[in-house]
Formats: sequence, structure tokens, C-alpha cells
Amino acid sequence: MNRYRINIQRRHIVTPFESAGVFTGSILAGFAAIGVLFLLKGVNPFQAFYKIFAGSFFSVYGIKETITKAIPLILIASGLTVVFRSKFWNIGAESQLLMGAVFTGWVGLNLGPVLPGPVLVPAMILAGFLGGAIWALPPAYLKVRFGINEVISTLMFNYIAAEIVKYLVVGPWKGETQHGYPYTDDLPAHGILAQLPGSRIHFVTLILAVIAALVLWYLLFRTRFGYEVRVIGENHEAAKYAGIGFTRTTLLMMAVSGGVAGIAGFGELAGIHYHLTYPDAISGGYGFTAIIVAWLAKLNPLFVIFAGLFFAGIVVGGDAIQISFGLPAATVQVFNGVLLIFLIMGDYFLHHRVRIEKTAKNLGDV
Amino acid sequence: MKKITGLEMAGISKSFGEVSANRNISLSVSSGEVLGLLGENGAGKTTLMNILYGLYRPDKGTIRINGNPVAIRSPRDSIRAGIGMIHQHFMLVQNHTVLENLILGYDQAPMVLPHRYMRVRVAEFEKKYGIHIDPDKQVWELSAGEQQKVEILKALLREADLLIMDEPTSVLTPQEADDLYRVIRRMKDEGHSVILISHKLDEIMSICTRVTVLRKGETVGQAEVSAVDKAELARMMIGREVMFSFKKTPREPGDVVLEVRDLHVISDRNVPAVRGVSFSIHKNEIFGIAGVSGNGQREMVEAITGLRKAKSGDIVLEGSSIVNESARVVNSRGVTHVPEERIKFGIVPNLLIYENAVLKQHTMSPFSRVMFLDYDSIRDHAMELVDRFQVSAPSIHVPTKNLSGGNIQKLIIAREIHRKPALLVASHPTYGLDVGATEYIRSQLLIRRDEGGAVLLVSEDLEELFEVCDRIAVMFKGQIMGILSPGDRDIEDIGLMMTGSIGTDTPKEQGE
Amino acid sequence: MEDLIISVLKRALIAGTPLLLGTLGEITAERSGILNLGVEGMMSLGAISGFMVTFATGNPYLGLAVSVLAGAAFSLIHSFVSVTLKANQVVSGLALTMTGLGVSGMLGKSYIGRPLSVKMMPVELPLLHRIPFAGEVLFSQDIYFYLSIILGVILWFVLRHTKAGIAVRSVGENPKAAESQGIRVSAVRYACVAVGGAFAGMAGSHISIAYSKSWIEGITVGRGWIVIALTIFAMWNPLRAFYGAFLFGGIFVLQYILQPLGISPNLLAMLPYVTTLGILVLYGIGRDAQRRMHAPAMLGEAYHKDER
Repeated sequence: MNRYRINIQRRHIVTPFESAGVFTGSILAGFAAIGVLFLLKGVNPFQAFYKIFAGSFFSVYGIKETITKAIPLILIASGLTVVFRSKFWNIGAESQLLMGAVFTGWVGLNLGPVLPGPVLVPAMILAGFLGGAIWALPPAYLKVRFGINEVISTLMFNYIAAEIVKYLVVGPWKGETQHGYPYTDDLPAHGILAQLPGSRIHFVTLILAVIAALVLWYLLFRTRFGYEVRVIGENHEAAKYAGIGFTRTTLLMMAVSGGVAGIAGFGELAGIHYHLTYPDAISGGYGFTAIIVAWLAKLNPLFVIFAGLFFAGIVVGGDAIQISFGLPAATVQVFNGVLLIFLIMGDYFLHHRVRIEKTAKNLGDV
Repeated sequence: MKKITGLEMAGISKSFGEVSANRNISLSVSSGEVLGLLGENGAGKTTLMNILYGLYRPDKGTIRINGNPVAIRSPRDSIRAGIGMIHQHFMLVQNHTVLENLILGYDQAPMVLPHRYMRVRVAEFEKKYGIHIDPDKQVWELSAGEQQKVEILKALLREADLLIMDEPTSVLTPQEADDLYRVIRRMKDEGHSVILISHKLDEIMSICTRVTVLRKGETVGQAEVSAVDKAELARMMIGREVMFSFKKTPREPGDVVLEVRDLHVISDRNVPAVRGVSFSIHKNEIFGIAGVSGNGQREMVEAITGLRKAKSGDIVLEGSSIVNESARVVNSRGVTHVPEERIKFGIVPNLLIYENAVLKQHTMSPFSRVMFLDYDSIRDHAMELVDRFQVSAPSIHVPTKNLSGGNIQKLIIAREIHRKPALLVASHPTYGLDVGATEYIRSQLLIRRDEGGAVLLVSEDLEELFEVCDRIAVMFKGQIMGILSPGDRDIEDIGLMMTGSIGTDTPKEQGE
Repeated sequence: MEDLIISVLKRALIAGTPLLLGTLGEITAERSGILNLGVEGMMSLGAISGFMVTFATGNPYLGLAVSVLAGAAFSLIHSFVSVTLKANQVVSGLALTMTGLGVSGMLGKSYIGRPLSVKMMPVELPLLHRIPFAGEVLFSQDIYFYLSIILGVILWFVLRHTKAGIAVRSVGENPKAAESQGIRVSAVRYACVAVGGAFAGMAGSHISIAYSKSWIEGITVGRGWIVIALTIFAMWNPLRAFYGAFLFGGIFVLQYILQPLGISPNLLAMLPYVTTLGILVLYGIGRDAQRRMHAPAMLGEAYHKDER
């Protein structure tokens, strides 16, 4: 009688080749699993995947839309790499983006009439950053002061921010020129970002996004602050031993992470919508999709640029298949969740060698 | 009816990844025998016993009970076969009561409302073996000796005929150890067999009937204890002729470096852990802290190194107070720290070696300028540490977790010592290391002393303390029971101090 | 006036029922040491599966049963990733939530705007429902309410007074010790996570079948996250979960009571979330002494068996 057993061993040294192989494998397995879900829904997965990439990467229009949607994803995800490195799970980027948009909107609407264009836009960027940072700080404080799980607190802040925005756009900030729609008034013309001709790409924010990714890479891997963030994430006790200020570092990194998400909010407001409106329209799940973008990028801000474009493609393509196959908006979340599951599974197989072996025949050999 | 009259392990091999922990090991033990399993740390004793207990599965080999091959796939199998094990780190749930710990996995207890049944059983066994523990106390409230009794009770309740004990006296005072020896002898007389894992020769000689010696994962000898002497066993265990001994040159202590005055510290559990400790350490001096762990040593070290607030009292370093300063400030004043549990506190396993080489110094020049790190000088520094302190590493660009325990500890020692700190605080620096690394680390402590440094050495290893220290303080329940110098060499006294039997309630600075 | 109070209390209990069920489930999983942040996803999947079955068969009890199975089955993903593969439980739980929300959105697309024609009828307990006041509030509820109370008491009893309960708690406190006594740590954790999933699934179907009787995307509106906060509030004790869950049920109902007073519905909608934060802060103030004693010591930590 032959017996089989699974032999699992830790792999200490991982070559870049193995790493790339496992990574590709997990993505493919993730797509396979999503394909099965499509099949169950009566949709041909190959058609669906083709449609997704056709919709996002195979046409000029698709590429432009993909770049447009990559802007907030790159901004938010590069901020998330910083906090995720310290194992602080900021799930609140969605509302940090919203608050960035709210602050931007306030500056644009109230200071717009007084400030000239070259001053107004930087003021709005700063406001966006501040809005996101301010909204990100309370959960950080609650964590360091009271030990409150940041996943819960950042999520609660998402719900609260959404209600605040709804309250503003139907209540005190409701625009006078919007025919009763739940919008604020439009930003003044000199507060609106130019788009690349024939597209919705607001290139000022695009440039900011790429700069943010580069700066945050440098911050994470070349500065004292980044070193401390990584030490906290990898070994909390060692961080304490090394005298690293947990409170200061956590607050600072959340301000950065929330701040760049707030800049994404600035971009969406000044580059796409021009007015504040219902939260679903403004943020539309970027905060959650960015989590998987950060993970896909292996928590490296440089890779976020590519991962952001890839996932923006899925978001854009996801819109396309919604129309062709009658799928709901939640489809993109399926991609988020399933790919994330397979990526973390992949991490295991990267660090362990799993083999199925035949064991010896007689019983006495244990 | 004994379930086990004879047990045999034959040809056992086990490796973890590339490290081979056991190679073709064989041993046997029969009823009424106490088998000593002797070997240095890392010789593979615990791995072998974990295999016998079903916690690990061997890659190769056979286990026979009463001559019949058995398959032991899990602790459940081994318990059923009549094997019990008392681990070095007790397998008790700290936040549960003694009773709940005894119920855990106990087949005879009823599924529903097992407490009542268990209480009766415990009372029976207490009477039979003379072991008294309050079954309703939570385990964390018990002393190490009491916790060990719970473990023994657990094994006896499960009708273990073969009891494996992994370094059972390492957490006990000499007096508690004597107690344990009495229990072991009684079990022997009743026909139980015991396998005693130890690296203490005296222990093996005094309690065991036979001994099997392991070195580097292999069996290197077996003998009747009556037929061998200590020197012979030592040679088998170490693999060379003499045990190391240092030529410790006498030094006149210099100026006072550290002065601790009436220090009080509160523990995590919010109870007083350090209760009025005073002592001072001088230049050219290694000051040892002896005592069973859990008597306030950890909290005291944390207070001195800035990791924990003191409730009251003063800590003065070279004339100025550092009490309740942050760890970073204390460090910058010249106190460095080799923490206990090196992998948990001392390094960041997933960061590269050179990144770990500046942990805690990453804010200092030349590694840091304003807020930017100078990775060139960090790498140069790491190279220098690795070279000078004989850290064997494939390169400084690999994750630190890839190093062996001894090399990780050398890296930490290197990092903490190269700055020539005014005070080096070292907690259990050689715990679990092989002979070579232990020897090397002790010699580094002595070098630092001879250079004019002051060293605070916390250790549970009395031999180590006697070997390197100039003065030794004994801590018990947060107080210093007395300070003596190794010249007195009275282990019996130290033992009594460790249990609080000798010593003053209001210890004063002694031996000045 | 008395009618109003009865109606408010009754609705508070109804609104609290899914919170209680979810909290009981999370307590089970966390007691074994597994933090499952996928509650929102499991609830959502329970809500849609229960709804679909009820819609198709007209039998809400069948819907309930299926939602329990769906929640338990779905939770296996989390067990596999976090117990077998020992991955980070926070990330795995988030992935589970995203997947659950996504899949239930996909499944539910065609049911939007099509309310159930059948209702889950209240069950009046014989004699008891005639007790004035209490009879109407407590004993004329639907089956979910009774189940949640009974299951809560059972869970408390099992955890506290049975061998299985001691094994579960030991696995959460010190898996190594449990294993050394022959307990199969992974099996216990799989089972507890599955029980947690079953509870969450049931909680979800309560929302879709008994509470709103229709399906919309995002029907759980964060209840899965509130459950995680309530688990802490309950200090991992099923009996304490009762207070928390029904207090929150009251807050959900309060929104509707205060609305006629002219307060913005958006501000009222924040109440549960703000209260959640408030409770966590209150709890956090006394944490040093309390939390250490109650939170499972190995919560969120993978158990590495063969590594040194």
C-alpha cells in the first residue's frame, strides 16, 4: 500500500525568477477562479476577459480612460504602501479621498472668486492633502492611544464621511445653479484642471501621482522615517527596543497616506466632476481597489504605477462588460477580492516548497 | 498494568529544511529506569523527544513499544500509548485555571460539566502523590515550581508510564529541584520510566540510571551511569578534552557608572515587580543578577534601559539621572542593551543584515544625516561588524532570519558593544546557544570589562555568572536578597537566596 | 405611549438580532484565535443566498437554512488562507469581505426591486406571549430572534462548561499547549471559523428575509464591521453580546424615531458608526487591565507547528 503525504518546507532563499513565477501563477489562478464565477453566471469568461482588456487597453479611448482612472489609484495605493508596510491597515482611503474633495471644494468655491488661477490650484491641492490627512489622523490616534483596531475605525470613518458629504450636497452646500440636483455649484473656471485634448486625463494630477509614487519610494527606502515604519511593521517589539516613537511615526505616516488620498480627491473634483456630489459618484470604490493595487505592487510605491494602470484597466473594462453582459457594478469587487485572495495564497507558495511524496510502505516507519 | 515496559527508538532522522536535527539516533528505556539524554543546546535532544511525543514526525526511523512497532502521529497517539511529556516551556494556558488545564484533552472527563468530575480526580491524585495546588487558581498566578507540578499532575492523570522531562530544573531553585528529584525517584520505584533531558552533568549523575549522549544530532555514546564519570561524559558531550575556562584577570573596580536607588517598577499585570532595588556598578566590573526568571529581572532591565517607566526611585548614569527617560535618550547617553529573546526583541528578522546592524543607532551619525539614511556607511559598518565579530553570514544583503541563533546573537552583541558603551546591559545573552558561540560571547563581555566598561549581566545560568561576574546579586520577588562575589562560591547560599529563605527584607547595598 | 414603547423595543430587538447573530459567530472564531474580518462579506452572501432560495421556493425557513450553509462554506476560504496557509488574517478577511460583497452583488443583480411575496411570520410562544408588555416585546417575535437567544445561551454554556469549550479557548490562548494535549488545532480553528460563517450567513438572511424583505446591493451597510466592534465590547463573552447587540439595535431604530424631529437623516445615519467608535474608546480607556484578561492571547496569530 502506497501512502502519500504532503511535504512542506520553508524556503529561505527565493530567486527573482521564482518570485515572478509564483506571482504570475497567482494572477492566472485568480483569473481562473473569476472565470468560474462568470461561467456560473452564464457569461463566457474568455469573452468577458477579452472584453475587459479590449475595453481598457485595445482602443485609444480605452487607454485614455484607463489612465484617467489610474490617477486616483496610483495616488491612494502609493500612500497605502507606506502604512501597510508598518502593518497599519488603513481601509479608510475611500473617505480620505472624499474629505480631500470636500476641502478642495470649499477652497475652490469660497476662495475661487478672490484668488487667481496660479494661486488657487496649489491652494486646492494643499486643501485636498489637508482634508485627507485630517480625516486619517483620528483613527491613527485612536490606535496608538486606545489600541482601537484601525480596520474598524477607518471603516466607521468611511461611513461617517459618506453621510457628511450627502448632508452637505443636499443641505448647506447645495448649489443654486444645479436645478435641484444634489450637487454643489461648479468650481470657478480657473480652478478647473485642464485635460489632455480629447480625453479626461487631468494631467496635473497625473504628474502629482507619479511624483508621489517616486517620493514615497524614497521616503520608504532611503529615509529614517521609512526605516522606522518598516521596523514597526516587521517587529513591533524590536521597534520598541530601538526606541522608535510609535505614536509619532503612526500619526505621520497616516497623515501622508491620507494626504495623498486627499490629493486624489482633489483630482476627481477639479479634474472630472467640477462639483461635489454623492459620495458614490466621487469615490466609487477607489479606496478599496487601491488596497489590492498596493498588494499587487508588493507594497513598493514604484510598482504601484504599473499595478495602478493594470487595475484601472480592470475598472474601465469592468464598466464595459457591465453593459455587454448585464453584470452589476460589484463585478469589480469580485476582481478585487479574488485576486487579493490568490495573491496572499501565492505568498505562501513563494516561501514554502510544497511537494507530494510517496511515503515508505511499512507501518512501523511511522 | 503498565502499558509500557520497554520503549525503543531506532534510526531516527529528522531535518528542518537544510538543517538536519537528528541523524540516525537510537535509544531505549525500560520500566523503572531513568534515562538521561545528555547534550549541549542544539544537540537535538528536544527534537528527538518531540518526535517521541508526536509533535514532530521523523523523516526516517522506527519506534517500538514492548517490542511492537507503533505509529505516533500526534500527541494524542503518544498519550494513548502511555507517554507523557513535560516541556521546558510549560504547555499550560496561562489565563485558564489549573482545573481547566487538567481537563484539556483529558479523555475520561465528561463532555459536559467536566469541572466537577475533575475536581474529585485531582483530590485523589493530590493525596496519592503529595502534590498540592489550588485547582481554582489561574496558572499565571503560580510560581514556576507550582506550574511544573501541574504539568506532572497532568501526565500522571493521563496514566503516563513513560515521562519525558525537558530540562526540568532549568526554572527551579536548587531546593525545588531536590523536591523534583524526590518525585522522580518515587515514580521510578513505582515502575514508571523517565527520560530526562539535560545538559547538567551533576543532575545526570545524581538521578539517572543510564545515559545516552547526543552531539550535533547524532548518538555519541550510551552508558550505565555507574560505569562512567563526569569527565568522560563531558568529553562525549562537548567532543573535545577540556571545558573552557577564562583567565579572568583581577581588576580594581573604577568609578561608579550606574547607580540604582530604591527602584520600584510595576509589571504588565499591574502588580509591583521590582520592590526597592538598590545597587551600583563600576568601571571594569561585570555585575551579575541571579535568580529564577519572573522575579522582576525583566522589569528592572526594562526600567534601566528606558523601555518601562519606574514607579519610584532613581537611576543615575555617570552622575546624571536617566530614570524615565525614553529608550532612545538612554541609549544615546551610552547604555546599550542585548535583550532577552533575541529574535523577538533584538532584530527584525525580515530586514537585511545591514539594516539590522544599525537598529537603534539608525538615528546617529554617520548613518543618518538630518532625516536621510546614508546606506553606504551603513553597509560599510555592517561589513566591519560581521568581520570583526566573526558573524558567519553569506552576505550582508540577506534577511537576518537566515542566520543561525548564534550568529544572530553575535550580530546583536557586535552592534551593542562596538560603540564601547559606558554600560552594557545583557539579558540571558547565551541562552540556547552552542558552546562556541557561548564561549565567544562571554569572552566579549570580559573584553568590554577589561577595556573599562561596566556590564550588567542577567542570567539564570549560575555557572555563567560565577565564571564572568565580579559581583552577583540575587533577586527574589522583586528584591535583592544579597550581593556576593564569586569567591564565596556557595551555591547552597545562592539557592536559598533564590527562594527567599536567606536575605533581608530591606536589602541595603552590600559588598562595597 | 405604551404602544410606542412596545413598538420601539420590539423593533430594537429585531434590528439587534443580526448584530447578535454575527457577534456570536465572531466570538466563536476569535475564541479559537482566528480574527475574521470577512463578516460583512459572509453576511452579504448569507443575505443573497437566503433571499434567492426564499424567492424561488416561497419558504423563508429554507432560505434561512441555506444562508447558514452558504456562510459556513464561504468562510472556508478564510480558514484555508489563514489556518492552513498561515497568511495575514487581516488581509485575508478583507479579501473575503470584498469577494462576498462582489459575488452577492453579481448574484443579486436581477433581484433588485423585487420584494419577497412571503413573510417570515412572527411565532407567538404559547402562554408567554400573553404576558402584558413583555409578551408582546419578547415572545411574539420571529424565529430568528428566538434562535439568536437560544444559540447565544448555548454558545456561552459550551464555551464555559464543556470540554469542547475548554479546547476552543485553549487553542485561542495557547495552541501549542492544546496540541500537546492531543487537540487538533487546525481542525478546531476550521470548525470555529465555519460556525462563525454560519452565524454570519444567518445574520445576513435575517436582514434580507425578515427585516427589509428585499435585496439591494450593500444591504448589510457595515453591520459586519459593527459586529467586530461588538465582539470586543462583549469581551468575547456570548452573554455580554446580548447587551451590545440590542443596544445597537436600539440605535438603528432611534434614527427613525428622531427623524420626525427635523434632524437631518444623514446625520442620524451616522449614529451607529459614531457610537461604535465611542464604545471602542470607552473600552480602550480601561484596556490595560481588562483587555489582556479577556482577549484570546493568540488572536490573529497563525500557529506554526513545525518551525523553530
